[in-house]
Amino acid sequence: MSTPVLNVQGISKRFGGLQALSEVGMRIEAGQVYGLIGPNGAGKTTFFNVITGLYVPDSGRFELAGRAYQPTAVHQVAQAGIARTFQNIRLFADMTALENVMVGRHVRTGSGLWGAIFRTAAFVAEEKAIEQRAMALLDYVGIAGLADYKARTLSYGDQRRLEIARALATEPLLVALDEPAAGMNATEKVQLRELIDRIRNDGRTILLIEHDVKLVMGLCDAVTVLDHGKQIAQGTPAQVQTDPKVIEAYLGTGGH
Amino acid sequence: MKPSTTYTYSRHALWGVLLLALPLVLQQFGNGWVRIADMALLYVMLALGLNIVVGYAGLLDLGFVAFFAVGAYMFGLLASPHLIDNFPAMAAMFPNGIHTPWWAVIPLGAGLAGLFGILLGAPTLKLRGDYLAIVTLGFGEIIRVFLNNLDNPVNLTNGPKGLGQIDPMSVMGHPLSRKLDVGFMELPSVTLYYYLFLVVVLVSVWVCHRLERSRIGRAWMAIREDEIAAKAMGLNTRNLKLMAFGMGATFGGVSGVLFASFQGFVSPESFSLMESVMIVAMVVLGGLGHLPGVILGAVLLSALPEVLRYVAGPLQQMTDGRLDAAILRQLLIALAMILIMLWRPRGLWPAPEHGKVMASDKGPA
Repeated sequence: MSTPVLNVQGISKRFGGLQALSEVGMRIEAGQVYGLIGPNGAGKTTFFNVITGLYVPDSGRFELAGRAYQPTAVHQVAQAGIARTFQNIRLFADMTALENVMVGRHVRTGSGLWGAIFRTAAFVAEEKAIEQRAMALLDYVGIAGLADYKARTLSYGDQRRLEIARALATEPLLVALDEPAAGMNATEKVQLRELIDRIRNDGRTILLIEHDVKLVMGLCDAVTVLDHGKQIAQGTPAQVQTDPKVIEAYLGTGGH
Repeated sequence: MKPSTTYTYSRHALWGVLLLALPLVLQQFGNGWVRIADMALLYVMLALGLNIVVGYAGLLDLGFVAFFAVGAYMFGLLASPHLIDNFPAMAAMFPNGIHTPWWAVIPLGAGLAGLFGILLGAPTLKLRGDYLAIVTLGFGEIIRVFLNNLDNPVNLTNGPKGLGQIDPMSVMGHPLSRKLDVGFMELPSVTLYYYLFLVVVLVSVWVCHRLERSRIGRAWMAIREDEIAAKAMGLNTRNLKLMAFGMGATFGGVSGVLFASFQGFVSPESFSLMESVMIVAMVVLGGLGHLPGVILGAVLLSALPEVLRYVAGPLQQMTDGRLDAAILRQLLIALAMILIMLWRPRGLWPAPEHGKVMASDKGPA
């Protein structure tokens, strides 16, 4: 078996008296769309914050593409190869769509103050490459025509696409999407699904944290279901869907 | 959409001619007017520096004048008799007095101010908005209080009496404090300084312009827009903020060096909190983060009070001397700021909505 992109074992996190995560583990293979679902308060966001460096877990270990991974600062996460989007879109609102994606290239480029002030040949070449790559990514998510518009003027669906383009600009090993379908209408959801499908088909690996069970079941190759911080099921969407524990977590036992 | 290059060139040439001719016209009305233009140029440089910190990186700094002071005192100490007079050891080392040339002090002053910028930035990294403003305000005052009191036990700054007899700058052997006869006309000292300051300001604008359109500039703006998202994109916000503090302070330091030599005298009085507030006002009033706006704001706010000084006479007479020029200036500036904030909350000349905003845009959907 090939090296998984992200291998998580035995992650626990406690906040005071609340065990937010206990012994959560998963193995995301390259080229998968991996779903993480669960009812409200199940620990999805906590888990997300743990892998993106916001919280330090009490125990457990990570491997990213076969190497031990333990971020101590948030900005190291993108460096290491995990790019994220936010549930409540966070773009650089007063910058253009193109500039937003260009910021995403920051972590893979290196020119500094001197290069900028003296416009060295290396700076000019790098700047050109940044712009071309950013433009190509805008085209990839289908909003190349909006490159010069400020991010805040884009429609909700386009802002999502822009966020995904910005995340892709960091050349991530793993793209983590935090409830990307939240607040989307039916048409936008279909388009989002096509986009995620396309990103997977181009060989990227995606972690999808989602409320919308339909979207997860249709898209994902493998799913982990969390409830009360515990992993209650894991497997293909079809396996998970019929799992009595999952049905119980989502619908209740029927008793009062 | 871009204007043709010939158009751009001719526009630049026109600006060049205007800027070169300005002091020649002003000096016909008296050297006082050229002096106003000189001070305006120094303020432009301060505003450009602060714009990097406040306008690009979005860090509200209310103690910016401290860096101006650092530059000014640096030149004051390195090019005046003060150290010789107070430290016999120094006098023995430099029998001819300390006369460091200004072109050597400018990089030193820039470096030292930049270092102070980073020193101030380091403990305030986690602060934002109002809290950052308060801490930087305190830092600005600390520097001033130090300058005011470092005459005892070792007389380093000469306290409130300030440092005098600072060398004038000289260019190609000609001290700028003396007038220059160029054949068909005489250029007074203030006009010579004007040209020197103009060169330095143009270099500053050029540096700012290039920073704005660079990887680092974009990163600063990303931090300003959304720090959490910026971090998630892998931006090392700590280093980038320190870089903004340091880079901005550099401009303040250079401006201070020029100021010290221009005045020939520095004292802590010139570096009060009010000055910091004025510089912030220039940046905000002109248009945060937009170079032409910032320059306009600096020119208006630094020159307008001085101009008012000349026109306040009649008003003073009408009120039997109760409204003197100083009070009137403050009144009018306050009024102007209120009006501008009411009518043009994004500044007099804000950054254009660069990029076309959609025709049917009615705010974010």
